[in-house]
Formats: sequence, C-alpha cells, structure tokens
Amino acid sequence: MVEGQIPIEEYKTGNTKHEWNLKKIKFAHRVLFEYDYKKSEIKKGYANRTLYINLSTKEIKEKIVTEDMKKKFTGGRGFGLKLLWDSIKPTTRWDSDENELIITTGPLCGSTQYPGSGKSLCLTVSPSTNIICDSNVGGFFGPYLKFAGFDAVEIQGKTKDDVVIVVDGEKGKISVETAPLEETNSHLINEQLTHLYASEDTDKSRQKISVVSAGKGAENSYWGCLNFSFYDIRRKLPRMKQAGRGGLGTVLRDKKIKAIVAKVEKFDGVSNNPANPVALVEVGTKLHREVRDLDKYQCNMRAVGTVHLVEIMDEYDLLPTENYRFGSHPKAIKIYSAEFFKHFTKVIHDGCWHGCTLACAKTVDGFTVKTGPYKGQKVTVDGPEYETCACGSNMSIWDPLWILEFNFYCDTYGIDTISTGTAIAFYMEMYEYDILNKKRCDGLELCFGNCEAVLELMHRIAKGDKGEFIQVAAKGIRRVKDWLIKKGWGDPKLIDNCGMESKGLEYSEYVTKESLAMQGGYGLTQKGPQHDEAWLIFMDMVNNAIPTFVDKAEALHYFPMWRTWFGLNGLCKLPWNDVEPANNAETDEPEKVPEHVQNYVEYQNAVTGWNVDKEELILQSERCYNWQRAMSVWMGRGRRKDDRIPYRSIGPVTKMEYMSRKERYEKYLIEKVGLSKKEIEEMEVNDKRMILYDYRKDQYQKLADAVYYRRGWTPNGVPTPQKMKQLGMDDPKMLKMLQEKIDEDDKKGLNVWGGKYGKDEKPPSIIPKYWEKW
Amino acid sequence: MNKPKTVKILKFHPEKCDGRRECEKACSQVHFKSDEGGTKSAIRIFKDGNSYKMHVCDQRGLCLDMCPVGALTRKKNGTVWLDKDTCIGCQACVGFCPIGAMRKSDSRIQPFKCIACGACVRVCPNGALELVEVNIDDVREVVYHKQGVD
Repeated sequence: MVEGQIPIEEYKTGNTKHEWNLKKIKFAHRVLFEYDYKKSEIKKGYANRTLYINLSTKEIKEKIVTEDMKKKFTGGRGFGLKLLWDSIKPTTRWDSDENELIITTGPLCGSTQYPGSGKSLCLTVSPSTNIICDSNVGGFFGPYLKFAGFDAVEIQGKTKDDVVIVVDGEKGKISVETAPLEETNSHLINEQLTHLYASEDTDKSRQKISVVSAGKGAENSYWGCLNFSFYDIRRKLPRMKQAGRGGLGTVLRDKKIKAIVAKVEKFDGVSNNPANPVALVEVGTKLHREVRDLDKYQCNMRAVGTVHLVEIMDEYDLLPTENYRFGSHPKAIKIYSAEFFKHFTKVIHDGCWHGCTLACAKTVDGFTVKTGPYKGQKVTVDGPEYETCACGSNMSIWDPLWILEFNFYCDTYGIDTISTGTAIAFYMEMYEYDILNKKRCDGLELCFGNCEAVLELMHRIAKGDKGEFIQVAAKGIRRVKDWLIKKGWGDPKLIDNCGMESKGLEYSEYVTKESLAMQGGYGLTQKGPQHDEAWLIFMDMVNNAIPTFVDKAEALHYFPMWRTWFGLNGLCKLPWNDVEPANNAETDEPEKVPEHVQNYVEYQNAVTGWNVDKEELILQSERCYNWQRAMSVWMGRGRRKDDRIPYRSIGPVTKMEYMSRKERYEKYLIEKVGLSKKEIEEMEVNDKRMILYDYRKDQYQKLADAVYYRRGWTPNGVPTPQKMKQLGMDDPKMLKMLQEKIDEDDKKGLNVWGGKYGKDEKPPSIIPKYWEKW
Repeated sequence: MNKPKTVKILKFHPEKCDGRRECEKACSQVHFKSDEGGTKSAIRIFKDGNSYKMHVCDQRGLCLDMCPVGALTRKKNGTVWLDKDTCIGCQACVGFCPIGAMRKSDSRIQPFKCIACGACVRVCPNGALELVEVNIDDVREVVYHKQGVD
C-alpha cells in the first residue's frame, strides 16, 4: 500500500461494507416545503445573497448581501454575526425557537489554489455558554453552499419530525424533507445521504455532495458538534471534519435537523470568479512549493497532521495530563506522533478541501471498533488531531488504539472531542477525591485511565440514558460543578478551581499555568477557552518576548484580530504559521510570519479586486470582533466577570500539584512575588500556595485591565460606542445599547480597574471615562 | 487492469539543436492551438552556455497522488495525463513537481504537461529530439509521506 501511484479505483480501505436500501429511505421522504431559486454566478468571491430558512413558519427566502454589509462584516463569521443581530433577541437561548444555526462561507472560501481555503464558519447561541459561539470547520459544505449560490445559510425555528434540508445547486432548489429512516450517527447518515443525493452512481458525482450532520450524542448532550463531510474518491467514502466547539450539533438536533445536504452541478478552480486569477495562482503556487520544500523540516503536517504537537507539548510541560494537573508524563511517549504514524494511511493526499497541500487530515482506515453499537466493524477514523490525543493524556489514556476509539465515537455521535475529553478528565479528578464515586456516577468507575468507562459513559449519553449523573455529565463541567456543589459533596472552592471551563465552555488542550498571556488567550475571548484566538505560550513563556502588561495586551490585541480574519474569509489558519518561509526567523516580527501576511493581502485582493493592505485586514477583524463582544454584552454577558478563568489554568490548585513543580513555584515566589529564600523555607506548602494564588489571580486581573484598554473597551470589558464609531460600525441600535450598558455599569461602580496596583505601578489609564475623550 | 510497465519519454540531443524552438511552437499548438511556444509549451529549450538544454516532464508521476479529484492518471501507454475537464485548478501538482515540468499558462486555470505525443519530435528538422521507452519502475517517484526528512 505504501508504494503510491495506486490507480484511484483500486484503492481499498478494508472497512466493513454497508448495504443500504436507498430506494426505501428515499421513498419515506415527504417534502414539507420547498423553494426554487435562480442560479447565478459568483462574482469576485461573493454569491451576493444569503439563504434564510424558517422551519417553524415553513418560510424560505433569499436575502441580498449589500456592499455596506461586505464593507462592515467582510463575510464568513462577520456575516453570521450580522444575520444573528438581525434575527435574535438578547433573551434568546440555545433552544429558543428564534435561535439560528448559521453556516457561512467567506469571499476566499472555495478557492482551490491557496492551501486551507475551504472553511465554513458556523454560529449559534450555544447551550454551553448562552452567548454566540462560532466554530470553523473544513469539508466541502461551505464551498458547495457558495457555488450553489449562497454566501451563508441561516436556519431559524424547529420542526416536529426529523428533516433533511437539501440545497440543490444543480436544480436551483431548496427543499425540506422528512427523513424518518436514515441513521442519525454521522459516519452512517453521511454515507447514506451522499449516495442518495448523488446524480449518478459514480465517485465523481458523489464528490459533488457534502452533508452536515450530528449524531445521537449531539441529541443528548451539550457537546454536539457538526460533522461536515468531504467525499474521498480514493477511500470511496465521505470523510468528515468537525465544527466542534460550543454545542452547534446540539442546536442542529434540537431543531430536528438530521442533516443538511449541499450539492453542486460543477465547479472548477475559478468558480469564485476571482478578479485576478493569475495573481491568485502565483501566490498559491508559491505556498505549495514552500510546503513541498519545508514541511518535512518543520511540522511534518503532511505526514502526521497536528499530532506532531504531542511531543512538543510534553517536552515543554504543556501537555494536559490528569485534568491539567501536570504538563507532561513519562507515559506520554506512547502517544507521540510516531505511534500514530504507524496507524495512519500513508501515500494518500489528505486535504479537507481541494488544493490544501498541507494535508493535515489524516485517517486510520480499517480500524476495528472495540466497543458499543459498532463493535467488531472496521471503519475509517478521521484523525486524531492533537487536541483529541491530548484528551487522551488529560484522561490518562496512553494507548493510541483507545484514543482512536474515543475519536471515532465522538465523531459519529457528533460530540466534540475537546469538550468531552476535558469534561471527563474533570469528572475523573473528582472521582479521585471521592467527590464522585461509583454510585454517584451511575455505576461507572470513572478513575483516571479507565478507557472502558469513558466509552461506556459516551455510549450511555448517546443512548439517552436517564441516570442523574449521565444527564448532568452530558451538559458539561459548568453544570456538573453546580450539581456537585448543590449536593454538598465536596469543597466548592476545590470543585470550582479544578473544573476547566470558562463562560461555560470546556478548555482546549494546553496547560497555561506558566504563561499569563495565554491565560488571557483563553479567558479574554469571545466564545470561551479555545486556542483559536491566540496561542502565545512560546512567545510569552519560552522566549519571554512580551514581558510587560502592555506587551502582552498588544499581543492579545493583534493575534486575536489576525486569527479572526481567517474566519471572515473562509480560510484555515494552519497554512499561516504551521509552515513558515525559510528566512522567517530573520524577519522583524517572526511570530507574525510577515511574508505570509503579505500573501493574504495579495490573496484577498486577487479574489475580491479590492486594494487592501495588511492594516486593513486587521481592521476587518476588529469590526467583527468588537461586534461579537457587543452582542455578548447585549445578551447580558461580555463583562469582566464573564472573563474569569478557573485557578487550575493559573496555578497549582492542590498541594500535590505545587509539590510536583516545587522548584519552579518557589523560584517564582522569590523572583516575582519578592519573598526571601528564608521565608520560603519556613512556610507551610499551603501558605505558599495561597500567596501564589492571590498574586497570580491579581496578575490576571491586571492583564485584563491592559487588554480591555488596548481593545478600546471600558474597564468592565464593554466595547465603547466611541471605538465602534471609529471602526465605522454606526448601527444606532448597537451604539445606544452599549451606552446604556456602560451607564448601568457606572451606576453599579463597575467601571473600575480590576488589578490591585501598588505605589510604583500604574493602571492603563487614570482618567475616568477615558473613552469619552477619543 | 493491466498496469503499464513502460513509458516513452523525451530524449534530447543538444549537439543537433539549432535553438529555433520549432518544438515549442508545435507543442503549444497541441495544448493551446497557438504558435507562441514559450510559456504555452510543455517542452522548453533553454540556452546553456554554447549549447542547449531541454526541460520537460520525465513521467515519474509524483504528481499522481497529489490530485484531489483524480484528474491525473497514468494512461495505458504509461504517460501521466491531466484530464482538463476533471481538473479543478488547485496547482498542487504544479507546486509539488520536483522539476517544475507541470506547467501553468496564464491563459487557463488548468495546468498542462508533456503527453509524449511526439509532435515536437516530428517537427524538429535536425532530429534533436526522440522518444525513448523506459521502464516506469526506473523513473517512478512517489511524493514523500515519511515522518521526518529520512
């Protein structure tokens, strides 16, 4: 198999084959409502209309994308925010009828020449956080949605019976059909619907279908993800990528949508009708060559995907282990990338959208399932990626095959590996402290390393088990914290400090204790603790490149804005800095990868015909970033209190944790806090731990102060109307709302800095209401 | 399916070349119905000191596994063939060709390459080009998927 150049028709996965009665499945469909639309060409990256579907009122309509909308919101996540602002209320919750599930594309989405150009951005009001969650995902759906004629689809309302929504770009028809007989779990329904809707019984035809679905786990938990399919003509099956964070799949199933299908008649390398295809090819080919020449010396993405990070994180004490108590483990070597490389299918080119030569979407074909409803079957597992592997270490699971099992079921059940893994790691720690036990866990022995119990918990969640623990566990850490505290089963402070969630969303998989900037990178975010806004650990902790609060705040301004930009355009962030030009280290700002930033300037100009520079790219993001924060404020959140993070992400919660890195903490107490060596020797461990606790918590508040100021917000974290106007965001309803919220905060005395400043320290500004002078 | 065992590749005799590039013109006629040669030709002849050198695809097929849509296949005669109608213009093959023989002209999004048709051989007045048969196994190269450099 590894010899390569296998004719496509001859490749075999070795998976268990399924026989479907597609006629019967199709025959059971009943069209509830439908809508014909006029097909039209994409112009310079935009379809120039969005699709609105209301499942409650059975309405389908097109909405025009205006030039003003493009100017203010660019596309992708920006369009999603604009559509939500026009449709939901501040009181809208995840299961409200008016909540929307939005899938957007972006002007560069669907280009094939530049690696990483097939991302969809999905938005909804999240069950985990009750604010807007955005999640990006690969697969073919986004590009196909656009080539079928729409920059975005927004789905409001709910149906009574399970439905499939079909966006048929071949016929120019939208239909909502009952779908009673399809499977729900993604690896099966994606295959069924791909075959069902393909115009011909050929792989070429099946490659023109993409399905979005979420499985039984999404139905029965708050961790629901969306599985976006991309048909693999070599493996001859629809593979999938996940919009993982924030429960989007939970919302999909709450609306009773079993799947959304997009179908294109045809597309080619210029379906976006770029303004300057020659310039686009030039910049794209340049990056292909860079990947060809440098990836093998850098990240090895083409060989192992993001799993290469496991060994790096382990080496730098950043690999979350046993619920983030530690950052490395002697057994971690068992889950290093070389171990997964043994299982990965080699030779095949593995991008999740056409033309992505970084090709990080690895698979294990012919994997034999060990547990649950598909026990004994051979399947393709998409992944694992780094985060999923690190969920393994976090639960103290050190066997690649169990991590693959966990990965497979998370995917097909439609639950986010990150939230699931992080949450179970927390439950395991509670189990170790006897706050949870076998009885309280409905018979599960959830101790660290118990792979069988992890899978059993997932199977029971997917089955809709009514056990008290199963029910609350499936809602995630925030709800379990409240439940444990209400039950009086443990020290509330310990429970709160150990559970790795912020805003209600589970942390992704990096240990942040020694990087204050990264604590901000997780806490001072829009949707919650996800590393897609900033990853500053090396800059901060290893290279000490951003020592002051002002430096850290600048990084926590620039990088979240820069990374937001990918989501506005329908792009993947990885080709930006997971491969770097050979001379990158010699540039002025290597962490920004200046040459690649310039690539993106040229790329956006080549597609849209605009004439932007790198500063304008940041402004595009700033408009949407502030808009999203303002919407959180509108929904009663988005303040300093909502940016709090658990102490486990700041420092050692327990004595054992302190002792495990004693030297490091004592050095810190001497160098940063100013204690003497003698004082430290005479102190009890818990007293030292508490001094560290108070000091580091204050550091985080000071960081928040600096970041809010840099971003143009009030000391309570509210975007100011002055800042919004500077950015050209002049929606009167938005500006009025923000002023009212700021006035409310003022009355409550909340417009004050959060840090405790000593004599020789200064807060970011001493002028009251400094923003009014802007 | 019987896999081809041999393929014809171009062999160049620089001592016979007069540098008039009739071959390039013939090639661009095949690919673009144009007499321009140059960037519209899959075969390129460059001056090399007092002599000439040829630059063209050697049918090693490293690009075959790169194509996301299966537009690149090895034909029955062993040549690596790009199907224009299937190609979605991603340029992965262009970027990854180790010798730069998968070419892209500004006039269309799909790349093009030598198909060993012999038009250049036939047009050369001096017999500087010939098609020779080689074993595919001797020229074949697979895109790297190893972990690490070696």
